[in-house]
Amino acid sequence: MGHSLDLFAAVSPEGAWTVTQVTRRARAVVEAGLLPLWVRGEISGFKAWQSGHWYFAVRDRSAQIRCVMFQKDNRRLPGPPQDGMQVFLFARPTVWEEKGEFRLTVVDLLSTEAGGLWQLAFEKAKAALAKDGLLDPARKRPLPPYPLRIAVVTSPDGAALQDIIAVTARRWPVAELLVLPTRVQGEGAEQEICAALALLCRVEGLDLAIIGRGGGSREDLWTFNHERVARAVAALPVPVISAVGHETDVTLCDLVADVRAPTPSAAAEAATPDRADVLAELAHLGARLARGLAGRSGRVAERLDRTFDRLTGTLERRLERHHHQLSGLAGRLDALSPLKILERGYALARDEQGRVLKRVGQFPSGLRFRLRVTDGDVAARAGES
Amino acid sequence: MARTPPAPLNFAQQLDRLEEIVRRLEAQDLDLDEALKLFEEGIERLREARERLTAAEAQVKQVLSDKAGNLKVEDFDG
Repeated sequence: MGHSLDLFAAVSPEGAWTVTQVTRRARAVVEAGLLPLWVRGEISGFKAWQSGHWYFAVRDRSAQIRCVMFQKDNRRLPGPPQDGMQVFLFARPTVWEEKGEFRLTVVDLLSTEAGGLWQLAFEKAKAALAKDGLLDPARKRPLPPYPLRIAVVTSPDGAALQDIIAVTARRWPVAELLVLPTRVQGEGAEQEICAALALLCRVEGLDLAIIGRGGGSREDLWTFNHERVARAVAALPVPVISAVGHETDVTLCDLVADVRAPTPSAAAEAATPDRADVLAELAHLGARLARGLAGRSGRVAERLDRTFDRLTGTLERRLERHHHQLSGLAGRLDALSPLKILERGYALARDEQGRVLKRVGQFPSGLRFRLRVTDGDVAARAGES
Repeated sequence: MARTPPAPLNFAQQLDRLEEIVRRLEAQDLDLDEALKLFEEGIERLREARERLTAAEAQVKQVLSDKAGNLKVEDFDG
């Protein structure tokens, strides 16, 4: 009985551990015995909670461990992993007391697959943009040939901005550059860029926008791969040139922009015409203008000359004809003059009152009348018939 | 509403008009009066365009938003 009593003594209220005591002790033992370590395995049962925390298991052929990755740690990653993905986890082994569960608190997660989480997140966002037609080449707008107001969304202290200012000042100082300053990397950069883009939409009279930054690590450039940033770029009311990083870095922002430039300097080159070229074009237009008018007035003068010749020619011919007509008329008038008839030996008989006497009956016997001959009047008297 | 300086006149439109004037003059189907008028307009536009190109000094400004959410345009010295 004594042994039995001992056994019973072990379950007496005084001797028993509480659940909390056990889990707390287990946790202390685990955390002391298993310092933070890298674990390799496959993701399974992944779930992202509303809180932003991720819950999943990591497993191999014969075992699995529950994992949690809190939002403060997972927000540094480009996106969530997928079930079946092979990963390395840097984690603190612990015991979750509330559930009495052995688990890993994951602080970093690397995919061992090609491109890893970055590639996965990129492809996912890209697919979403493509689904909405935002990558359609038909959406690309032509750049305005002579932009006068260009918005630049970039870091105010970056080399990218200095390059854009220098190239624009050299090629096309006609343009006004409006900088919308924003951070381009790090915590919160995504929100800042979206805010700058929203501000840009409210600027009046813009011809063009440039968004970009200089080169950096994949993590540094990641802001420009956020779907939200890409959508904000796609929604801009003016044509956009995107220049993120170097030639080899292609971001989602590049894909939705109207034009992708390999560097910020190249973006400024693509945005602007060369002033010297435009001045040469103006000179050329000026020459054509002058030639156009000279040709114009040369032809007019020629035509005027011809018209004048024709006009004066007609007049002369007309005058000549009139002249002939007139002299003919004068001859005829002359021939018709009664004096001419008298010249030929005819005489004109008129009474005292000057009336012309044309018939025998007008000459009674003894009538005194006058005869008009070519060189004067003669007094006459009618005799007996 | 956004309060930014008014946008400058459209340079591209100015050049387009100039090209149109030159083409019409070159077509030579105008009377002299009309041709002269076009020529004068062309010369004036040419002068304006040249002035615009040569007088310009690159301007850099920055657009910010104040606490009330209004646009603020300031000189940029970076």
